[in-house]
Amino acid sequence: MIEIDNITKIYDGRAAVEAVSMTIESATITAIVGTSGSGKSTLLRMINRLVEPTTGQVRINGEPTAGLPKNALRRRIGYAIQGHGLFPHHTVAKNISAVPRLLGWHKDKIHARVNELLELFSMPPDEFRDRYPAELSGGQQQRVGVARALASRPDLLLMDEPFGALDPIIRTRAQADLHRIQRTLGSTILLVTHDMEEAIQLGDQVAVMDQGQLVQHGTPAEIITNPATEFVAEMVGGVDRPLRLLSLLSVSQILENGTAEGDPLDEKSSLREALSVCLWSGRSALPVERNGSPIGRVTLEAIRSRAEGTHEPG
Amino acid sequence: MSRANFLRVIVVSLLFALVLQPEWFAPIFEPFTPPGAVVIYDRTSLLSLSLSHLGIVAVASLAAIIVAVLLAILVTRPQGKAFLPLSRTIANMGQTFPPVAVLALAVPMLGFGAGPTLVALFLYGILPIFENTMTGLSTLPPATMEAARGIGLSRRQRLIQVELPLALPLILTGIRLSVVIAIGTATIGSTVAAHTLGEVIIAGLLTNNTSYVLQGGLIVGLFAVLIYDALTQLETHTRKRLGVM
Repeated sequence: MIEIDNITKIYDGRAAVEAVSMTIESATITAIVGTSGSGKSTLLRMINRLVEPTTGQVRINGEPTAGLPKNALRRRIGYAIQGHGLFPHHTVAKNISAVPRLLGWHKDKIHARVNELLELFSMPPDEFRDRYPAELSGGQQQRVGVARALASRPDLLLMDEPFGALDPIIRTRAQADLHRIQRTLGSTILLVTHDMEEAIQLGDQVAVMDQGQLVQHGTPAEIITNPATEFVAEMVGGVDRPLRLLSLLSVSQILENGTAEGDPLDEKSSLREALSVCLWSGRSALPVERNGSPIGRVTLEAIRSRAEGTHEPG
Repeated sequence: MSRANFLRVIVVSLLFALVLQPEWFAPIFEPFTPPGAVVIYDRTSLLSLSLSHLGIVAVASLAAIIVAVLLAILVTRPQGKAFLPLSRTIANMGQTFPPVAVLALAVPMLGFGAGPTLVALFLYGILPIFENTMTGLSTLPPATMEAARGIGLSRRQRLIQVELPLALPLILTGIRLSVVIAIGTATIGSTVAAHTLGEVIIAGLLTNNTSYVLQGGLIVGLFAVLIYDALTQLETHTRKRLGVM
């Protein structure tokens, strides 16, 4: 558990981050979202003390970070940034093993860990271990950057716009990968983004920052249905709100008995996808299947009722 | 064999022949020799002059590399920033001072021989290496540096493992410029009795023997071309390793 306790950073008499307190539960993803200059990156960088807080405290599993030597603290916290920041003169394996090497892990253990991570990111170790970053695609570089941040099994993974430099298609895949890997490893992730869509997709919790202050912290559904300020409402995007809400719910949550015409949809699909299919194919109900066998249907009517703002998400 | 390698072999062979078997070239140099004068320089062996010439250049350049790189590292650290203007001035002064003037000033202190030449080449060689190392160390990719700090590399580890390797191609460019200048400049060391290939050229100038001047000049020129080429290759290699080509 990471506790941020009343933390403030003042630059030239102006508060970049002002009295922010929040708690991040272990094994969850928290997305900090805000416009540029909102203080979200400063907040993130105060956790591994790349920026020293003016006042306030950060505790990792109860232990205040201020008491630890900076470099020892950073070696316990994974750090992945926009544009990956890989060492161009080191191979993929050497990049990934940077922190374990600093921690003095045994060679065999490092070798095994690098292979394990490459497998996890669907990059065959035999093929990728000895390549240099310049020989990889943007998506692969980004994955190696995240693998490096995860290498020493850190207490916490900090990510600063990790997907910012990727094109939209690769970005979507990278987000799905991160989500899968976080669930597999049970990592605690704090991610900074300016993209509300990304925050909603990835975050178990979303924290919205505006002008140095934390204006709302809650589940994605809470943020969408109940924005605390006008700024948050603007961030969640007035007209897109129903669609964002639907993207959080899966078809299985409003499953009805019965059948429908046409191609079936998997029960894990989001309601947003279901709506899209309904509209595109001109149907008012879709059959739903689980592992390939039909289990019921979902109707346009039910989707619509879920998209209404007054309705609490289930 | 590629055309470039073919050319290299020819140039190296020509250089070896000029240094080891200069008499083979007598017919070529004959027309440049005044009547009755010796065609091929024979007062000292050209091999001994070449080795001593290269030795002086190597020692002076090595000293210049160490001082310039250390100075550049110092002024790119936060605590050394204050020294940046001063270091720049010193390095620039080294370059503005003509080597001949340095020789003249150094002889009373160090006497005749290799000493004044070493000092002149050393001072003259610092600037290109200093400027390039500084550029290299202050234009590192920001994301890489941020990541290096963020994953917990100490200052020293960042310098040794990240900054210097990434700045290496630029440092090598500085070294190349400096060494090639030194190879040419070392010839004037012979005016104060340093044992260099300049001896052959000066002997030619004093006796109006163009043949000597050509021999000395050719050997120095070929050394410069070959060393320039070798250092360029090394640079290309390190650049490729960094994926910055």
